[in-house]
Amino acid sequence: MNRRHTYILAACLFLAGASLFLYKVRTLGLPLDAAQETEVWTMEAHVSFHRDSVGAAKAYLRIPENPFGYRIASENFVSRGYGLTVDERANERQALWAVRKVSGEQSLYYRLSVYADPTRKGSLPKPTFPKVPELEEPYYSAMMDLTSHVREQSADVLTFTSALLRRLNDPTPEENISLLRAGARTPMQRSKLAVTLLAGARIPAEIVQCVRLGEDRRMAEVMPMLAVHNGDEWIYFDPQTGELGFPSDLFPWAWGSKPLIDVSGGRGDMVEFSVVRSLQPTMEIAQERAASLGSKIPEFSLLALPLRTQSVYGVIVMIPLGALLVVLLRNFIGIRTVGTFMPVLIAIAFRETQLLGGLLFFTLIIVVGLAIRAYLEHLRLLLVPRLASVLTVVVILMTLVSIASHRMGVDTGLSVALFPMVILTMMIERMSVTWEELGARDAITEGIGTMMTAVLIYLVMGVSVLRHVLFVFPELLLLILAATLLAGRYTGFRLTEYRRFKAMAAEQ
Amino acid sequence: MSLLPDLKSAGVMGINSRNGDYIMRYNPRRLFPLVDDKLISKELAIQNGLPVPELYGVIRMLHDIRKFEQLVAGKEDFVLKPVHGSGGNGIMVIGSRSRDRYRTTTGRILTRDEIAHHMENTLGGQFSLGGQPDQVLIEYRVKFDPVFDHVSYLGVPDIRIIVFKGVPVMSMIRLPTRSSDGKANLHMGGVGAGIDMRIGITTNAVVGTSPVHEHPDTGSPVVGLKIPHWEAMLDIAARCYEITGLGYLGVDLVLDATLGPLILEMNARPGLNIQIANAAGLLPRLHFLECLELDGLSVPERIALGKEATNRDPREVTRMAVA
Repeated sequence: MNRRHTYILAACLFLAGASLFLYKVRTLGLPLDAAQETEVWTMEAHVSFHRDSVGAAKAYLRIPENPFGYRIASENFVSRGYGLTVDERANERQALWAVRKVSGEQSLYYRLSVYADPTRKGSLPKPTFPKVPELEEPYYSAMMDLTSHVREQSADVLTFTSALLRRLNDPTPEENISLLRAGARTPMQRSKLAVTLLAGARIPAEIVQCVRLGEDRRMAEVMPMLAVHNGDEWIYFDPQTGELGFPSDLFPWAWGSKPLIDVSGGRGDMVEFSVVRSLQPTMEIAQERAASLGSKIPEFSLLALPLRTQSVYGVIVMIPLGALLVVLLRNFIGIRTVGTFMPVLIAIAFRETQLLGGLLFFTLIIVVGLAIRAYLEHLRLLLVPRLASVLTVVVILMTLVSIASHRMGVDTGLSVALFPMVILTMMIERMSVTWEELGARDAITEGIGTMMTAVLIYLVMGVSVLRHVLFVFPELLLLILAATLLAGRYTGFRLTEYRRFKAMAAEQ
Repeated sequence: MSLLPDLKSAGVMGINSRNGDYIMRYNPRRLFPLVDDKLISKELAIQNGLPVPELYGVIRMLHDIRKFEQLVAGKEDFVLKPVHGSGGNGIMVIGSRSRDRYRTTTGRILTRDEIAHHMENTLGGQFSLGGQPDQVLIEYRVKFDPVFDHVSYLGVPDIRIIVFKGVPVMSMIRLPTRSSDGKANLHMGGVGAGIDMRIGITTNAVVGTSPVHEHPDTGSPVVGLKIPHWEAMLDIAARCYEITGLGYLGVDLVLDATLGPLILEMNARPGLNIQIANAAGLLPRLHFLECLELDGLSVPERIALGKEATNRDPREVTRMAVA
């Protein structure tokens, strides 16, 4: 009954801890590696136009919304003197700058930081089948002729589109193509033509206006991509080459063929894009993203604490891990230690004294402290005053050792702080009690066991990946708790008992 | 698994199993003071008519130490014991005295002041678990039966019986040696000899974990030793279950030349060395008893069951418990 209860509790804790952990890794993208960096693209759209006389001006800029394959880390607008509204209509997201009185050269900026996230899908709804466009003759016949030809040579939407694009871009076009292509010179016009022709075959297609990413591009190219819906999903084609697939260096800025800017009250309006690539800590990006997703988790994270408190918690979250190690060493291996969690405290003390220096220093002080204790026994002092005397002598010793080592110029390894001092005196007190109760042998065995355990815990606590992971994902403490609970139900033999009871072992 | 000795089939109980499967299940924590406080357990035994060494007096605080002379007036010999002591620590056995000099049974001559210091230390918690303040118990010194003279070096041999839910299941006799300083403590180098529950004769003996046949100091055989008053001892041990309510209990008995078996102390966390002394694991016997309904059985019935449990083959019973 108790056993099952423990298992169920451990399983619940495990599930709770693991699911929160996975949520934070998968959805919020918190990194497992503290030093991990993400490639961030910062794009700037520069809208410029000229207003000859003083008067009102208005400029629309289409801006990205849920770009597939990317996540928006941050965005901001720079527009001195202009009022700004952002129109959040679905698939029509745009910024509107407006001013009452202005003249001369005008510059408006929109800056956007994104990073790649292949899990992101666009949010465009499934399109309906388009009507066959009503073109004038002879264009209509040319279109119908072309589509029926292409249909004969293709099996599905994908092959139809590639075949169509191949013909459309043929350097030595056939008659129909020449006719249709006559008015379409720019890539944008070609793409519009492709959409029209695809509609002639009742295939839904859309244009995606893209910005080309690259290392520090002052004048980033804007180019259209052709998106075709095959009934299940959008597939992408380069309208100029007919190549299938969305290139990794393109950023989908806006859907549809509608121009990216629309300026009223000015002339010579244009938009230019520049791109800068940079690396940013994944940690920061994930936090920003979590905040932008409206998740409350960043607010309840240890990272939200003041820095000083954070550094303390960085150590505290490691304590349960140390405690679990003590459980394993004691209940599974059978190592004896002074006090139950003294090794954990000593391991923390080692963090301040450094391992080797701390180990030497602790051993020296403990040996001398116990020698003094043995000497004081001759004076027949009562127990508590005797322990107090030992502690006083230990403190004197520690100061002497520190002063002496400083005089000799070897104080690097002995940066003794308050905490190790306290732990040291506690350790000597506990060892003295063991010495009184069980004798020297036990006290020394326990002392050595404690030191070994402390060193092991210190080394484990020093693994920076563990520290980062436990700090960023404190819910993993639930997993540690589950493991500890399960360890608490272990009633098998300890490793040392195999030696103790060796003579009794059954013949194998 | 073949790398490690096969303790499981041998039915050996490990510390984790003792703590998790037996002490936690059968010994409610609130009952621990009944055995950890030797004064309470002594009173409990007296109330229930179980034999214990006579209590001469209790030193409860430093102030009481002056009453010491008065308490031991007219007693040629006596024992000082910490009320919360464990493992035989802090026990001082005075064998004889002349005016203000006291002689311990190990031969040390002590002045009154030295005894007072020892009592002060005891009161201060030197021998109690965790160093909590303690009391000193002054009691009758057992005149141990000469039957064990040839297998003891000074000190008093004692008999430990493990009682499971009122059934005595395993026992051993602990014989003091020179290296154990006259204390019947296996941990300090005493001899432990397992006793056949059915007939009260030692069958196997160890020092530490190595088997021996003779006492290391006296050279007399320690195997095949007949324990006098064996049935009486089993009876006392079985009754200790009723007075304490502890389901997994160690009862320590001594044999007095005139008074017979006396309860020395009881232990709610009996150690596991008794298995080494018996060259037998506890688990087969405990599993056998766990399959039975023990409530309401009389003392003789329980003693009989304890003897029957001895016959259990480790493998057979382990299978039974699994099934």
